[in-house]
This record gives sequence, structure tokens and C-alpha cells, in this order.
Amino acid sequence: MNLHFASRDIGARTLEIVDEMKALEGPLLPILHAVQAEFGYVPPEAMPVIARALNLSRAEVHGVVTFYHDYRDHPAGRHVLKLCRAEACQSMGGMALEETVKKLLGIDFHQTTLDGTVTLEPVYCLGLCSTAPAAMLDGEVHGRLDAAAVAELVAEARA
Amino acid sequence: MSMVPEIDFGTPASRAEKMVTLTIDGNEISVPEGTSIMRASMEAGIQVPKLCATDMVDAFGSCRLCLIEIEGRNGTPASCTTPVAPGIVVHTQTSRLKDIRKGVMELYISDHPLDCLTCAANGDCELQDMAGAVGLRDVRYGYEGDNHVKVRGTDGMNAKWMPKDESNPYFTYDPSKCIVCSRCVRACEEVQGTFALTIEGRGFGSRVSAGMHESFLESECVSCGACVQACPTATLTEKSVIAIGQPEHSVVTTCAYCGVGCSFKAEMRGEELVRMVPWKDGQANRGHSCVKGRFAYGYSTHKERILNPMIREKITDPWREVSWEEAFAHTASEFRRIQYQYGRESIGGITSSRCTNEETYLVQKLIRAGFGNNNVDTCARVCHSPTGYGLGATFGTSAGTQNFDSVEHTDVVIIIGANPTDGHPVFASRLKKRLRQGAKLIVIDPRRTDMVSSPHIKAAHHLPLKPGTNVAVMTALAHVIVTEGLADEQFIRERCDWSEFEDWAGFVSLPEHSPEAIEAFSGVSAEELRGAARLFATGGNGAIYYGLGVTEHSQGSTTVIAIANLAMVTGNIGRPGVGVNPLRGQNNVQGACDMGSFPHELPGYRHVSDDATRETFEKLWGVTISNEPGLRIPNMLDAAVDGSFKGIYIQGEDILQSDPDTKHVQAGLAAMECVVVQDLFLNETANYAHVFLPGSTFLEKDGTFTNAERRINRVRRVMTPRNGFADWEVTQKLAQTMGLNWAYSHPSEVMDEIAATTPSFAKVSYEYLEKMGSVQWPCNEKAPLGSPIMHIDGFVRGKGKFIRTEYVATDEKTGPRFPLLLTTGRILSQYNVGAQTRRTENVVWHEEDRLEIHPHDAEVRGVRDGDWVRLSSRSGDTTLRALITDRVATGVVYTTFHHPTTQANVITTDFSDWATNCPEYKVTAVQISPSNGPSQWQIDYDEQARHSRRIAGKMEAAE
Repeated sequence: MNLHFASRDIGARTLEIVDEMKALEGPLLPILHAVQAEFGYVPPEAMPVIARALNLSRAEVHGVVTFYHDYRDHPAGRHVLKLCRAEACQSMGGMALEETVKKLLGIDFHQTTLDGTVTLEPVYCLGLCSTAPAAMLDGEVHGRLDAAAVAELVAEARA
Repeated sequence: MSMVPEIDFGTPASRAEKMVTLTIDGNEISVPEGTSIMRASMEAGIQVPKLCATDMVDAFGSCRLCLIEIEGRNGTPASCTTPVAPGIVVHTQTSRLKDIRKGVMELYISDHPLDCLTCAANGDCELQDMAGAVGLRDVRYGYEGDNHVKVRGTDGMNAKWMPKDESNPYFTYDPSKCIVCSRCVRACEEVQGTFALTIEGRGFGSRVSAGMHESFLESECVSCGACVQACPTATLTEKSVIAIGQPEHSVVTTCAYCGVGCSFKAEMRGEELVRMVPWKDGQANRGHSCVKGRFAYGYSTHKERILNPMIREKITDPWREVSWEEAFAHTASEFRRIQYQYGRESIGGITSSRCTNEETYLVQKLIRAGFGNNNVDTCARVCHSPTGYGLGATFGTSAGTQNFDSVEHTDVVIIIGANPTDGHPVFASRLKKRLRQGAKLIVIDPRRTDMVSSPHIKAAHHLPLKPGTNVAVMTALAHVIVTEGLADEQFIRERCDWSEFEDWAGFVSLPEHSPEAIEAFSGVSAEELRGAARLFATGGNGAIYYGLGVTEHSQGSTTVIAIANLAMVTGNIGRPGVGVNPLRGQNNVQGACDMGSFPHELPGYRHVSDDATRETFEKLWGVTISNEPGLRIPNMLDAAVDGSFKGIYIQGEDILQSDPDTKHVQAGLAAMECVVVQDLFLNETANYAHVFLPGSTFLEKDGTFTNAERRINRVRRVMTPRNGFADWEVTQKLAQTMGLNWAYSHPSEVMDEIAATTPSFAKVSYEYLEKMGSVQWPCNEKAPLGSPIMHIDGFVRGKGKFIRTEYVATDEKTGPRFPLLLTTGRILSQYNVGAQTRRTENVVWHEEDRLEIHPHDAEVRGVRDGDWVRLSSRSGDTTLRALITDRVATGVVYTTFHHPTTQANVITTDFSDWATNCPEYKVTAVQISPSNGPSQWQIDYDEQARHSRRIAGKMEAAE
């Protein structure tokens, strides 16, 4: 992940991604995923490029990007830790777990540690209600968490 | 007086023919299949509460206020999204529904400011109405929780609050009042087709966003105002309403900008115009408008408007304000003196395509009956005169064949030489709607216009031809259709002259007319051209729309004929969804032509040499009319330079800015002894005038305009003329001073005279227009309801006539000295020479004319974006700033002509259409070079203009 793209490069690289994926049916979401994978977020400079290539308006692309929490408007830390805050996890001690993690990392939700290693985010249901409370670190899910287990996860992320 | 009533049915009408009967609250009602229960209720006179529904856009079902109950069905469906079904029994008001609605309203109001008394929408707020309708009495949730309303929350700044966006000059966006009904977003998408708005975020965080969270001015918004009209609250509000307050009465009238001829309600408070709202019953615009029609009326009260008549001896003198009597007496005696001294043919006049039919009729009558000659012409000379010639020769009428509604039935559209999103925006919106439904589009234009590619619009074929090769390309399209056996033989045998067709078919089939043969000089790929021809011939209903890019060429008339040939060979004439449709530039250019504004034609396109026609008018007017055609505008100017033409009466046209070869126009005007200009402002032509008669705006007079679809629309006076007289009164008083016994007390009497003398207007009267709303001519005994579609059972001239269209390259050729081709056009926010729009807030979108140039051409010449460049042709040179863009191809440059300081017409040449003298604006060989600023000519011109505009006793305006 390179965080130091110049605007011009973002436009050019975005166009390459769009050209590759434009033929897909309903190409906007896959393109946005690919753009986020490339840059770590969906850069504002990329959106007009996508809009023009797909015959959409800037407004429409903006509407889609802002609708989904997964699309970022700035780069995340090197690791992303998502804690489930939905009903099942909350009923199994998720709130306490949240506090533990926030203390360990020294940040609140939607924030990134000062050293840029971890971003903490809430998520509403990972679909792991039977193994609540649950979390996801860099796309990998973890269930039946307790204070020790999350401390281990945090340590792994900070390493 | 009261407001013109308009019912909002909530959802659009269904087009189904099958009727369905149901019962709503005990009333039995029959409606077309597919109608929503909401609309059916409204038709039964029962208003179901609603917020997110309005009949300009499709049902959305988000506000949850319009719920109803249906016997035998579960739940409480939304009446806007539930279609009627036979025999169902609907209840719109039950205790269960009442509770739900009240609960929903409580939620809305818990996040809405309670400043109704000081709110701009007070008296015109659907949220307020609905709160009343559902009996909202308290809000159990309070107002302290999460909200978008308060700048500060309990713990500091409220991050959800957003400030008002006042960037657009005409309306404001106040997010704190938004209920997120999405009506604005849907209006922008479905009605206007720009897709500039969206809902950003989700859930409680949802907000309306222009572009990517931009200000309205910076976003893709084109300021058509459909969103403002759709907004049920004060979130989007006209600034004029904020400043003035709600209107108390309204009058239906017709827009005075382009040839679409939109109907508007002028909403008034006393004699003050509060706002213009497009009228849903307007058959040209169906409730939509553009930025010019809705918002750009500020010129009518602009400080530069001249309100007193003025005269002067020499054009170097300052103007002297005089009484109307003195102005008329001076003009009459000058015209009489000139005629005595130089002969009857030494004076003439120009009618205005901006004025009403009645005014135009009177001006040509003054010239024919008062001046005693046929020296009358109009600005159609420089725009659509080839349309008159070409369609007259092939079909038999000088007008478009369809109404605008026809586009809803079109399957393949060819747009040639027109840029409807800028020039005819409301038609463009209707066309884009049809394209989004699946119709195919072929664009033939040197530029990549917005029709070629814009959100949700993509032309199937774009043929970026070299300016000046229209005829070659159109003939090549016919070549493909004929040689590949795609012609509609049955149609041709039934409707057209077969032997003429055979001759023409043989001609177009020649190998030199094949796409491959013309590719080299037209710049159009043969394969694309063949694809376009096949699509048009086989794609279903095919319609051709064209503009000045067709007519303003040395072969303008030939291209119009080629278009007519193409429509006939594919059988695309005489039913909805097809036809040949000139997109006419000015509000009443069709009408000005109809009213006998040409030197060779009396009203109704009847030649002056026709004895019977002349006799009709001679009897009525009590004069003898010359049977010789008079002078056209260019001939008048030539004659003036030669010394035989000395006086002219110009109503509402700025020939110095709009006509080609500015220097020649200057010389012609300067050689005259009495130039009379009647206009709102001291326009460029007035710099050479001896008499200035102040004009009136469309808001200040009664009359009719005829739009591009031949629709005669009423113009209604909503305020007293600020200059004292409507334009028709000025012409009448001038005629009276010249000794004519005119005694019209109202324009309706002029229309009665037109109807009595002109067969195609036989049934038209103000009374009839009042009853019908509007009619399309011909409107007579044979077609009492008017004629939306022409040539239904056969052509007006009898058999459709195929005419050979030989391509002859223009004499205006590129060479080493002038290697680029200049073509000209318009942009959305400005109108024509800009006399009106430059005097409105529209200048925020276009404050100067720019020269569009391809990056390659710019690089070779060392020109960067925004640089001043010198644009020179064989005729002259001017300077303006460059805009580097790949919308134009290499070798082509483009500019607009809205600003007098640019004077693009210094560049254009005096080449013109072979049949009608329509100038060749669209092709000029030019060279571009870097420049430091305005040319000497521009400096001299400005100096002369400033000097010429002095009014004695008044401070010179600081500019």
C-alpha cells in the first residue's frame, strides 16, 4: 500500500482499474473495492474519474461511497480491528470488551493509533451471533472473545 | 385575481387504455390501469396525506404518510406505490392510519426547526400542511436529541448541523430544514436528467448533497430549478421568495427565451414578479424549465434599461431624451424626408423574433402599407431561413413536422448541428428521459457535446464531422440506406414522387457518395457512418432534430433538403415519434416567419407576386402592395454602403452583434441617415442609431409567441410597461404619426386580422386560445384543434419531393495562413447576444466567451489554458481567452458569441447560403496566436460604444 500517490497518479491508476472492470455487470461496487484496495481508501480524486468512465454523475458515485461504511475517505492504519456492536455481542459483554480495547489502544472508534498501526471501527453484526462477542482483524474473524483474547488480538495488530 | 390552480396528483398519469374501477372511501371511481391509489384518490377528490410524492416524478414510497388500508389485504400499503386493482375497497382514513400518520409526523417534526412564522415557505409548505392534515398536536420525543437543526448542541458544536448553501444566485439550500424526501434528487434525475444531486450517508445521517458534497454552484447543477419546485419545505427556496414573500396571484404566460416556448405561471405580488414556475399544463414543457426561463428575468428591471425615447442628429452626439410625441414626429418626418429625397425603396425595417406575432405583423404591415415597399426582413435570415426553403421545397411547409411530445415515441434520434442541452434545455431533458428509457441516439457534430456522453446518456454513434461537410455526410447516410436496400419502399411509393425518388436514389448510390469516399475530407469513420445509417433505417421510429449547425452554412438549404430526403427514404414522416424537427433559436422566430417578415412573403408564406394574396391585404389595408420582393438584411446593408438605402426601423434585434462580418454591418449602418432602434437596452446596433424607442418586456404586454413546434402560446401582461407602452403600441403610434389610420385597442384585434387574412391561422383567436390553452397551426376548418403532427396522410405539397444534394465545399477553406476551422455556438446560461442574460445573475456561469481548442493545437502554438489568444480570419481579428479541451477535435476551434466585447462576428465571413443568404457562421478558417490582451479593433470599438452611449444630462455609467 503506497500512501504517497500524487493526484495525477490517482486519476491514471483509477482509470486503469476502471478499464479492467468496466465490463462487469454492476461495475461500480467492485471498482470502488479495487480502488480502496489500491489506495487504502477511496480518494476524492478517483470519484470523478469513475463517474465519467461509467457515465454516472459525481453525485451518484459520492452517494454510493458515503452510503457504505466500508469505503473510507482517508487511509486507515496498517491493521483494521472491527468490534461487533450488534445485539447478540452486546448481550454477551461486548460493551465491556469495547472499553478494554479502547483503553489498550488509547483511541476511540473511527480513530487510528498515533503510530499508524491500528484503526478501530465498530461493525454492526459479523453474523457470528452464536460465538459472540466477535471481532474482525484485517478481514479475519474471531469469536468467543474475552479480555485476554482481545489483548492478544491487539498485541498481534500492534506488532 | 388568484393563483392559477394546479392539482398535484402525487404520481404521474398512467398511459394505459384499459380502465379499472375501484371504491375509495365509498366513492366508486374508474381510472386507467397502472394508476396509483394515491392518484385515483385525488381524481375522486380525496387527498391522501403525502410528503415524498409529487406527480412530476415516479412514486418512491419513503415518507410513510400516504398509507391506506385495503379490505381483504394485510397491512397498510403506501398509496403512491400501490397500483389500483379492479373491485378493491380502499379506506384512506381509519383510526389505525391516523395513529401511524401522527407518529410519522412527530418524527419528522422532532428534527425540523419550529420557525414557521419567519420561514420563507410559510404559506407554501407541504410539511406544515401535512402537520395540519394529520392533526399533529405535540411531539413526544422533544427537540433536544440528535438533530440537524441546531447550530450548537448541549455539549458544544452540533456536528450534524450544516450551514446554508447560498452559492447559487437564485436559490438557497438550507440542510436544517430538509426532511430527506428525495424529491429534489428525483426531480434532478427524472425531470432534468442531470443527476447532480444525491443523498449522502445513510440513516439519520442522510443529507441531500450537490455533487460530491460540493456547493450547488461548483457541482454539476445546471440551476434548472426543478429541485426547488419539487421541494416540499423551505430547504430549497428561491431567493426572490425569501426577499419578497409568497405570491398572491399568478398568470400563465410564455417564456421569451428559446424556441421551446415553455409555459410559465408568473407568480406575482401586486405588480412585482415573485417567481416564474413552469406550468404543468404547458404542452411544450410539461412543467419543466431551464435556468434562463425560470430565473433569468432580472433584466426587465435592470438599471441599464432605457425607459425614455431619445434622439440625436449625428451618431457622434450624445443622446437627448425627448417625449414620445417628439420621437414619433421626428422619426415620421425623417422617414418621409428620406423617401422624398432618395425614393420609396430607400427605407425598410427589421421585425423581431423576440417580439409577439402581433407586433411582428404590425411592423411588416407598417413597412408594406406605410413605407410602401417590401423591404422587411427578420433575424431568421441569419438562422433558420434555409429550413423554410428546404422543408418548403420537399414537404410543402416551412416548419417542423412534430410536437415536442412526439419525442416520447421515438426509438432512434439523430441530432445534427444542435446542442440541445445548452440551446434548448427543456427539450433536451425530455429527449434524455426517452434515451434513458432505451431510445438510441446518433449525434452528428464537430464537438463532443453533452448529448454524446453525460450521466446515463451515451450516443450509439458520434460522427465528429469537419465543419462544412454536412451535405457529404447526410448524402453518405442516404447512400448506405439505398445501396443496402434499407429504404422504405412502400412509404415512398405511397407518399412520394417515385420518378424523383429513382433519380435521387441513382444519385446517392454513386460510389463518390459512399462513406468510404468521403471519409478523407469529412473526418467521419466510414464504419461509424454505416452503423449510424443502419441504425436509423432499422431502429424503429426515427426522428431528426437539427439546429443552426445545419442551416448556418453556405449549403444550409441543401443540408435541410438532405435531412428531409433521409426522413422520407426511411418512411419517418407523418406519425408520432418521427419527423424532421428544426430546433428554432428564438422564442418567436417561427412566428416572425409566419407573419410575413420576409421581403418576398406575405403572412402565411405566400409570395408577394401572388395576386390573390396581395388583393386580400390591399383590400383590407386600403393600399397597393408592391409585387416585387424587397431587400434582405445583407442587401439593405450593401445598398446602404452604395448610398441608395438610408433609413431603417429595427425592432428588437441587435444586427451589429448578431450578424456576420461586423465591419460591414458597421459601415452599412454608419452610411444611413435615420436608424431607429426599438429595444430594451442601448444595444450594439444603437451605437449607430439616431432614434431610440424604448421597448417593453414579455412581462409587460399581451400577445402570442409561436414556438418551434408551431404552437401558438399566449403571452399575458403581468405588469405595466415601465417604458410606458407595449411594443405593438409603439409601432401603432409610429404608424399613426406617419398617417396610417390604425386603431387597434388590443393585440387580440391584430390576431383577428391575421386569422381573417391567413388560412393557416383561420380559427385562431384569443378567445379560442383561452379555451384550448394553445394550438399548433395549421388551425382552421380542416384542423380545428390544430395540427400536432403534420403530413399525416400525405405531404402538404402533394407528393414528397426527393431533391439531389450535391456536396460543394465552401469557399471558406483552410490553408497555411488560416489552418483551423472556427465554429460557433451557445452555452446554457447565456442567450444569443446576451443583451438580457448578461444583465442577470447568469453571468456567474459564463462571464466571458472562451475559445475552445484541442490540447494538440494549443501546444503547437504555445497556448496554455486561460491565456489570451488572438483569433484571426480573412475578415478580421479579435482576442479572447483560451479553454483547452478535447471536446473539439484537432483542427477545429469553437467559441460562443454572447459577449459584445469578444465580437466573434468580426471573424466570420460574408459567405452565405446559396438559397437564402443565411450567413455561414459555422465555418471560418482561422489562425490562433498568443496575445497580450484586447486587439486595437476591440479597444477602438469599446471607445466608440462608450462614446455613443452618452445621454445628455446623465452621468456616464462607470464601467
